[in-house]
Amino acid sequence: MANSWVSHFFIKFFMFTKLKSLLYNNEVRAVLFQILAVVVIAYFAYQAFDNMMLNIEQRGIRSGFGFLNNESGFAVNDSFFLEYSPASTNLQAFYVGIVNTLIVSITGIFFASIIGLVVGIARLSNNYLIKKMATAYIEIFRNIPILLQILFWYSIALNAFPSPRNSINFFDSVFLNSRGLYLPKPIMDGDFYFVIASFVIGVIGYIFIKKRSDKKHDETGIVTNTIPYFLGLVVFLPMVVYFASGAQLDYPALKGFNFKGGTDLSIEFFALAFSLSIYTATYIAEAIRSGVESVDKGQKEAAAALGLKNTRIMRLIILPQALRVAIPPIINQYLNLTKNSSLATAVGYSELVTIFSGTVLNVIGQAIEIIILTMLVYLTISLVISLILNIFNKKMQIKGG
Amino acid sequence: MNRLLKMSAVSLLTIGSFSVQAGIFHADTLKDVQAKGSLTCGVSTGTPGFSSPDASGNWSGVDVDVCRAVAAATLGDANKVKFVPLTAKERFVALSSGEIDMLSRNTTWTHTRDTSLGLTFAGVNYYDGQGFLVKKSLGVNDVSELDGATFCIQAGTTTELNLADYFRANKMNFKAVTYDTSAQTKGGFEAGRCDALTSDVSQLAGLRSTLKDPSSAVVLGNVISKEPLGPVVRKDDNKWLNIVRWSLNAMIEAEELGITSATIDNASTSPGVQRLQGKSGKLNESLGLDKDWSRNIIAQVGNYGESFERNIGMSTPIQLPRGVNQLWIKGGILYAPAFR
Ligand SMILES: N[C@@H](CCC(=O)N[C@@H](CS)C(=O)NCC(=O)O)C(=O)O
Repeated sequence: MANSWVSHFFIKFFMFTKLKSLLYNNEVRAVLFQILAVVVIAYFAYQAFDNMMLNIEQRGIRSGFGFLNNESGFAVNDSFFLEYSPASTNLQAFYVGIVNTLIVSITGIFFASIIGLVVGIARLSNNYLIKKMATAYIEIFRNIPILLQILFWYSIALNAFPSPRNSINFFDSVFLNSRGLYLPKPIMDGDFYFVIASFVIGVIGYIFIKKRSDKKHDETGIVTNTIPYFLGLVVFLPMVVYFASGAQLDYPALKGFNFKGGTDLSIEFFALAFSLSIYTATYIAEAIRSGVESVDKGQKEAAAALGLKNTRIMRLIILPQALRVAIPPIINQYLNLTKNSSLATAVGYSELVTIFSGTVLNVIGQAIEIIILTMLVYLTISLVISLILNIFNKKMQIKGG
Repeated sequence: MNRLLKMSAVSLLTIGSFSVQAGIFHADTLKDVQAKGSLTCGVSTGTPGFSSPDASGNWSGVDVDVCRAVAAATLGDANKVKFVPLTAKERFVALSSGEIDMLSRNTTWTHTRDTSLGLTFAGVNYYDGQGFLVKKSLGVNDVSELDGATFCIQAGTTTELNLADYFRANKMNFKAVTYDTSAQTKGGFEAGRCDALTSDVSQLAGLRSTLKDPSSAVVLGNVISKEPLGPVVRKDDNKWLNIVRWSLNAMIEAEELGITSATIDNASTSPGVQRLQGKSGKLNESLGLDKDWSRNIIAQVGNYGESFERNIGMSTPIQLPRGVNQLWIKGGILYAPAFR
């Protein structure tokens, strides 16, 4: 029996030395330190949070998320897709804020990309005037603080456009004045679904044709012009169905103080989307330029030697390679634009910060909960944008080996 | 290993002090103010007659006078005030975070603000209500004609909520463009972004007088809400609440007793006047202030009526009548609890 005791002791001793040697193992130590660091940070965070909750309670400040189900009690100027009124809840106001932030950001990103691409390429033009104009655009709009630009364009828009009674009138169906742009809105009954269905069919049909012509091009080198198909399927088909089916549009009309009916985009939305676009475009233009400059000259010369036209060289040879370099900084600019959209409070466009950390915060007073929710939204939007563009980035990477 | 030890020691110490702080935390705003030698008072970014700076940065107004009264009571000098201009949205966070010692910025006393923000209202220095400034060219004479109109309003105000309530109650439609500051709100109204501007009535006259063309707009006769405006403090400091409350009351009481900045030091046989002069009674002790606290308020700032006439009365451009803000003995509702 003594034997087993001895072996037991040896096992213990062996484990101890092993443990000790483990402690001196660099890799293990690195992991251990990291775990320790996380524990310490987590403990800190917990203590800070606990301390904060205690303070909140001591000062008699209300806490929790129950306020989300309370009636909001205030009106919102811009609201897309979602039904909202002062009788809606704070949660619905939160959703309206998110949608408004997304819409102005997406609009801004769309136009900033187009303007940025054009200006970026223009900056490399051989034409002196075009080149200088592009440079001047970038220098001017990049160096004026974005907030000033938003306020500037807003006051221009307010003062340049006419009052509702003297609106600029396009065919009695679209109106533009100092309060916004008023558009006809489809009446969503049975008839209109035909129009939507025909549009979807048109788009699918066009994609099919485009795929086939691309394949033909790959195999035979013959280029087919698909633009007529595009116009026919995506534009004319739904229009024909619209007139044939008797689907109705709800037209805006001046009644009393304002336009009623239809749908509208506020002047605040325009001022904000416009300023964000032209400001961010300067950064995108610079990213495109450095991307194009990173492409080896030989590429262009080789393409030219093959007899390709300048525009095709740009579109087919240079840009695909340039974008690989340009996309990471462009991702950053998309994120910046989204965050800058919160400057809307200055002009009264009702995006997330204005509605939620502005009005709701003031009605309810629970700064911590409301700021946390707001930050979570921005964090999510940022992560999603990064993700989408990273996927895109991967696809753009040189394939094969 | 050494570094790690140090790190843990430091973190433990910090955490320890965290909890200690939470445990023994007692707010003493009076001590802080006296140690700083000045009172930090939150005011508006500019509302004529209530709190607005002149060209050289001197603040004046009835709200400013409440700050000055508290400075006179606690520091003996009505000029030892640091004014912090705040928009409607910023004001409560500024107060609860301790950035300011008190808030005196045309702030409406509401149930929610008084009970759930960790703040307490110290009294009412102006009884107000919400009204409308409308473009004259619209030919509107009454709010009920404003169905479908667009309004310029300021974010974070009771105005936002009252407007929605009123239109819902009367089954009317409206649109609201919400700005951050009163300057932007006025700008939107002037540029024609909205048909009407709505805010506390007390401000409409002042706002109208600063329009490029004041005759282009009219103030409607309608008042759609109650807006009792008053100073606010944090809930966790009762002594400070008492100081602010009774500084305002001293101004009202002085008017009722008929004493002004010019007559406060005149000898009087009235016990009530003597108490306010600090010559009898011990009203100062429970507030933790010097004997002449209320004397300093009246001597340096004046009584309520003096402040009213100087800043918003009929002889000023604002031209507000005393109305309900008259003393109770003269038909108004201004009433200070008993000074004894
Ligand atoms: N009494 C209301 C409204 C107060 C308010 O902020 N009114 C605006 C009227 S336009 C104002 O004073 N603005 C001045 C500023 O933002 O500094 C409240 O307490 O919510």
